[in-house]
Amino acid sequence: MRAAGVLKRAGLVVALPAVLLVVWWFSSAGSTSFYAPPLSKILGTFAETWTVERLRADVLPSLLRLAAGYAVAVLVGVALGVLVGSIRTVRATLEPVLEFFRAIPPPVLVPIIMLFAGIENTMKIVVIAAGCVWPILLNTVEGVRATDEVLSDTARSYGLTGPARLRHLVLPAASPQIAAGMRQALSIGIILMVISEMFAASNGLGFTIVQFQRTFAIPQMWTGILLLGLLGFALSVLFRFVEMRALAWYHGLRQAQRSS
Amino acid sequence: MTAVDNTPVGAGSAGPDRGTSAPSHRAAPTRRRRPPTALLGVAGLVGLLVLVQILPSTPLVSSRYLPPATEILAALVELLGDGAFWSALGDTLTGWAIGLAVAVTAGIVLGVLIGSVPALRAVTASTIEFLRPIPSVALIPLAVLLYGTGLESTLLLVVYAAFWQVLVQVLYGVQDVDPVADETARSYGLGRWARIRHVIWPTSLPYVMTGVRLAAAVALVLAITAELVIGAPGLGNRIAVAQTSGAVDLMYALVVVTGLLGVGINLIARAVERRALSWHQSMRGEVIV
Repeated sequence: MRAAGVLKRAGLVVALPAVLLVVWWFSSAGSTSFYAPPLSKILGTFAETWTVERLRADVLPSLLRLAAGYAVAVLVGVALGVLVGSIRTVRATLEPVLEFFRAIPPPVLVPIIMLFAGIENTMKIVVIAAGCVWPILLNTVEGVRATDEVLSDTARSYGLTGPARLRHLVLPAASPQIAAGMRQALSIGIILMVISEMFAASNGLGFTIVQFQRTFAIPQMWTGILLLGLLGFALSVLFRFVEMRALAWYHGLRQAQRSS
Repeated sequence: MTAVDNTPVGAGSAGPDRGTSAPSHRAAPTRRRRPPTALLGVAGLVGLLVLVQILPSTPLVSSRYLPPATEILAALVELLGDGAFWSALGDTLTGWAIGLAVAVTAGIVLGVLIGSVPALRAVTASTIEFLRPIPSVALIPLAVLLYGTGLESTLLLVVYAAFWQVLVQVLYGVQDVDPVADETARSYGLGRWARIRHVIWPTSLPYVMTGVRLAAAVALVLAITAELVIGAPGLGNRIAVAQTSGAVDLMYALVVVTGLLGVGINLIARAVERRALSWHQSMRGEVIV
């Protein structure tokens, strides 16, 4: 019975994507449209376009820049967020300023940061970091602020202060919110990774895709779009996996609360 | 500062607006001795302006890269008298509004449909999970090929990005329907439409509103991105032009405008949310208890 259940679940997961792919495959099979080549052609081009060499030359630099910018944003966002979140006066003073910076659409940072940092790797890393930092920062502030008061008072009466308080009370209490901010930041980061490369670059995934489009290498361009889609999907799966492991205690708690 | 944007107001105990009700009476005595929050906020904004004014005259930042605040403000004032600026603003808002309207309508209709039919939900779950994280900027080359630099390019990106925000929230909302309420409605002989209208819709409205608020912000980002990268008419395009022509103060002024636009859209979305949900527990607070 269990095997049948698993089979049924797997069937549900696979069914619609399979149907869609089949529909795409056959509806585009005889396509003579220049912009929408047959899926068979796109998939055939995929392997010859994204060779190991090209992955190393274009995809790897993109991913490294994303990782660097994202890491900077997490460090800065959490550090500043803890600071702003724990001091009421600082929070009240900075709140409107932070709200304003968060409301600026991140891609308009690209031209500004180009002024300061040129068009090399530094620019792209700074752009990614500058766009990703706001959701992380504001969520950390909110998470720190919402620390359970009983826990906070207990920690105080046990004399838990300084780094120990941070390590054992503030950061764990804020971590679900921090994770929510990091999830938002990840999708912003991917957008900025692509945009910064479309603007000015000599390598990278965004650069290559635009290059294909400008030279009217249409099947190659489609493979680029597919690869970018797969990348976005893979990163979000990876994030969810890491989050599930890191916040296992929190998800367990929520489940226990819900069932009671 | 409500930061967890993906938590619907009605969901769970950590709703973003909860902080205003319970702790306030505790904080009241201390607040009297401190300067009021609004004053501190104004001080923060003034501080930012002063900083931007002073920084360019220090060796830290060249005024070629960051003009002093007075120059940015002057450029901003000049913009206000410029007809081309207003038409660019109009273009951006048009793309934003049409895209958002299409995405919200499609998201709500499909969300209620998929959410209220269990079989449909089971079949579509994996496809939604796969399509949602695809960055909408991946569609930029396609949009350029299909629509060039027209409004349609902007719309394609805006609709794709905003649609998922709404759809996913509506699906959460429909899932949240109390089975007892649903079964009660059934046993009173309510048909499918009546149940959608009187059971599913009110339950999912807080989620729908969260989705709309998120989608409104995302739609603005994508509208300006499309203009910036593709060159569709609008504020983003003006920023790109100002940058290539070296009009740095103008560029900063336009960026400030996009920020103000973002703040404005956020405030309006929150106001709409409050109005639409004035009957809901999360908005009435805990006054009654």
